[in-house]
Amino acid sequence: MAARTLKLVDTAADQRRPVIEMRGVSKTYRTRDGDVPSLKPIDFTVAEGEFVVIVGPSGCGKTTLLKMLAGLLQPSDGEVVVEGKAITKPHRDVGIVFQTALLLPWRNVLSNVMMPVEVKGLPRAEYEQRALDLLKMTGLEGFERKYPWQLSGGMQQRVSICRALVHDPKIVLMDEPFGALDAMTREKMNVELQRIQRETGKTVLLITHSIPEAVFLADRVMVMSARPGAIAAVYEIPMPRPRTLDVLADPRFVEMTQKIRAHFSDAHID
Amino acid sequence: MAVNPPARPSALSRLGTLLNAAWLRPVLFLVFLVVLWDVTIRVFRIPPYQIPKPEDVLVTLWNDWPTLLRQAIPTTIATVEGFLLSAVFGVAAAVLIAGSRTIESYVYPLLVFSQSIPKIAIAPLFVVWFGFGMLPKVLSAFLLGFFPVVVSAVQGFKSVEPDMLDLARAMEAKRLQIFRMVAFPHAMPAIFAGLKVSITLAVVGAVVGEFVGSNDGLGFVLQRSIGNFELPTMFAALVVLSLIGVVLFWVLDLIERMMIPWHASQRHDLVIAA
Ligand SMILES: Nc1ncnc2c1ncn2[C@@H]1O[C@H](COP(=O)(O)OP(=O)(O)O)[C@@H](O)[C@H]1O
Ligand SMILES: [Mg+2]
Repeated sequence: MAARTLKLVDTAADQRRPVIEMRGVSKTYRTRDGDVPSLKPIDFTVAEGEFVVIVGPSGCGKTTLLKMLAGLLQPSDGEVVVEGKAITKPHRDVGIVFQTALLLPWRNVLSNVMMPVEVKGLPRAEYEQRALDLLKMTGLEGFERKYPWQLSGGMQQRVSICRALVHDPKIVLMDEPFGALDAMTREKMNVELQRIQRETGKTVLLITHSIPEAVFLADRVMVMSARPGAIAAVYEIPMPRPRTLDVLADPRFVEMTQKIRAHFSDAHID
Repeated sequence: MAVNPPARPSALSRLGTLLNAAWLRPVLFLVFLVVLWDVTIRVFRIPPYQIPKPEDVLVTLWNDWPTLLRQAIPTTIATVEGFLLSAVFGVAAAVLIAGSRTIESYVYPLLVFSQSIPKIAIAPLFVVWFGFGMLPKVLSAFLLGFFPVVVSAVQGFKSVEPDMLDLARAMEAKRLQIFRMVAFPHAMPAIFAGLKVSITLAVVGAVVGEFVGSNDGLGFVLQRSIGNFELPTMFAALVVLSLIGVVLFWVLDLIERMMIPWHASQRHDLVIAA
């Protein structure tokens, strides 16, 4: 018995330190029109450096989950633990990317990326170099002094990824980050994001409506069921990295997307 | 250089360019209106004690401009002071209203209600309270200019995207930081829209103040000239008054361009500058 337990713990993913732990986390919004149960109690763990993708129908509580991890929302029950600490308010360990880039139009690219550094009062000179390095890594060298409206949608989203990374958080939370981009740009950004994650070693939790995107990016895909949300299934994606767009035609890839899509055959995903 | 275009198209195109100059169009329209004014008077035989002839007004402007200019000074000062007060207090009130549901629920309905009070009717009250002179004029300009600033600024502060606020909060930004770095700059275009309405209303407010409680300023000139049936003088004062409005508006526009070059309405300048 003991040996079996040990063997289980021995698998590669579990050997790594857990960075995110959700323990019986549920959420019910209390509104004037009554209670809106949004998340059933959820338990899951994300290991350091892991790339976890959540897919689920609209309104199943994905954004809610993400906001609780960022400390923007309190769970109604249970405990959200990041880096061993229970989260009760916004904290240093996350960077967030939303669907729209949310860049401040009066700040240039570099200054937008530096915003978290300014807000947190971190040493400017040191982090400016980091910001420049990040911009270079995401192919934005030469655009540091440009303004957001001078950039394409894909470039703007890259800026917002740099902004999420600039203060060197442990975790990057992404809420449908490429949902507003056209299909071609989106595929390119997926390859980019995979590279960025490998280079930085960040733990990433990404929400998407696109099943191929989920399978392409993830170490693990978490499928959620309709509101109030719960984890319907978790799939390991064993395909080796770095993955190129060629995996889209890989039989394992196709099989995995079909498996996941089966969860949404009745409930509509959009 | 090599190809010399024929003379006629060149002259035409030069005329075309001139007609396209932004400043020329309103001037042309003004000329048209003045001609229309003149023709109307002639056609309908309107007597000069009802509407003066344009040339009489021009002559009065020419002869009396030192007096008119002297009288324009107190009016302009009252306008600008009243406007600055509405800007400061208007934005401050908007910050409180947009920042707190409680304050909003107490103050905003009353503020909207207060707009149905004819403010011009309470201007004489200022004279009762503060006597003749600058103060009642400034207050009357302030009273008229205040509301549009509040309404626009509240709208500006409230139109920050919720996701942007969440993003800032997730960066551990404090309330004051969110205000300084996000909400205030975001509200700037809306605030300027309000200020532009406010400055034209402040001119009206100052003149009303001069109607009821002053013995100088263009408002005073207006009132006296009507009393004496000096219609050309009255029209001349109106022209100067409109000029004050236009110049102040234009100055404000210039400040806006300098302060929010990033805003969509200003971008063409930035592209040229970049
Ligand atoms: N502030 C709120 N007040 C009340 N209900 C909310 C609030 N935010 C979200 N909800 C509800 O909670 C559910 C989950 O929302 P959300 O987490 O945004 O879903 P998802 O991101 O998966 O589309 C939805 O049904 C939504 O209507
Ligand atoms: Mg969502």
